[in-house]
Amino acid sequence: MGRQHGGVTVTIARTLNAACEALAADPEALVLAGGTDLMVEINRGGRTVDDVVVIDRVPELQGWHREGDMLRLGATLTYAEMADPAFASLVPALAQAARTVGSPQIRAAGTIGGNLATASPAGDTLPVLAALDAEVEIRSHQGHRTVPLDEFVIGVKANALAPGELIAAIRVPVLDGPQEFLKVGPRNAMVISVASMALVVDRVGRTVRVGLGSVAPVPLRAIEAEVMIAARLDWAGGRSPTIHDVERFAELVADATRPIDDHRGSADYRRRSIEVLARRALIRAFGEPTP
Amino acid sequence: MTGPYGLTVNGHRHEIADGWVGESLLFVLRERLGLPGSKNACEEGECGSCTVRLDDQLVCSCLVLAAAAADRSVTTVEGLSASHEADGLLSDVQQAFVDAGAVQCGFCTPGLLMAVDDLLNHYPDPDDLTVREAISGNLCRCTGYGRILDAVDRAASARREAQT
Repeated sequence: MGRQHGGVTVTIARTLNAACEALAADPEALVLAGGTDLMVEINRGGRTVDDVVVIDRVPELQGWHREGDMLRLGATLTYAEMADPAFASLVPALAQAARTVGSPQIRAAGTIGGNLATASPAGDTLPVLAALDAEVEIRSHQGHRTVPLDEFVIGVKANALAPGELIAAIRVPVLDGPQEFLKVGPRNAMVISVASMALVVDRVGRTVRVGLGSVAPVPLRAIEAEVMIAARLDWAGGRSPTIHDVERFAELVADATRPIDDHRGSADYRRRSIEVLARRALIRAFGEPTP
Repeated sequence: MTGPYGLTVNGHRHEIADGWVGESLLFVLRERLGLPGSKNACEEGECGSCTVRLDDQLVCSCLVLAAAAADRSVTTVEGLSASHEADGLLSDVQQAFVDAGAVQCGFCTPGLLMAVDDLLNHYPDPDDLTVREAISGNLCRCTGYGRILDAVDRAASARREAQT
């Protein structure tokens, strides 16, 4: 077990079982992975620290591997690992999102499980995971359960983990089709997104899926836009969508947003940004529109 | 208060006792181990002035819970010149920063030295984009980066020459 720190215990788990046991013994303990969100709060004095279970040395939670048509991403997979070319070739939008997070120092430490558990509306991987219909594998001493992404992120910085539970892995599909991640912020590096969007195409299932970030308390999908564009695309011939279709798609994606005014941007700016991103993403995926 | 845990810093083993559990690695380095080279500025991972190497990863030490880094190996800016300590020399990267005039107020310098050292460990002959990306997590408000980029060139050349 962990070291006693004057009534506070820091447990450095070396196996998934050990992490689950520590959480079973102390269900309110903080689960710590990369620390890049948690430490900011602690440094600001905004958070008192009680018991901590450190999971960054648990082999079962590290790395990623392919299981048929799915990838299993360990909870402590870092942004730097997601930006790796081998990973990027399988889930390009997730790699693109990972590359936009923080600095190299942040990307070396921050994890996908941490991004999900923090559940910030601006979390950069969240719109991608929404577009991919990701599944979250949750573990506890009692066993495991799998929750779809839209049931995992339940509000601003709120997730579906019960006391004693942790994220073990995230499952995403490997799809045949272009993917894009785009985000808007005040500058090009180290920026928290003001609005973000993921576009994922499944050529086999003939679907287009759109995930939106920073424009609602939780990541959103733009279902009407998805259905509309999937019906208009020339799946067999590969002809680009028409200008009219692109404009209608962008409008419907923007209609799906539920943005607020805050210190990073106004609701109007966010809606407008998403409209521009939607048009851009569709054109990047399918080519310049035909008249 | 935290119980004792070990940290290896610049090759030396330290026991940390009686710390507060929320202490960052940066705080422990500066306030408990007397290593003030790593600077404390933003405490939220924006500025990079606290950059250290933790095992083989470049990280912001302000965002590492010190007790969670127990038994891991840390290299700080003080460790960069360690192999030259006996002859009083600077490391190749440090010397390049001096030669290029890449230091003004100096606050960002330790973090940049760590970032550039790590860059050259991975890419002996980095192109301009790779250099800019590698130092994108280190803010300098004095230089405008021109002489820092010059220093990276000088350090890369010096290291390649030393290895041939």
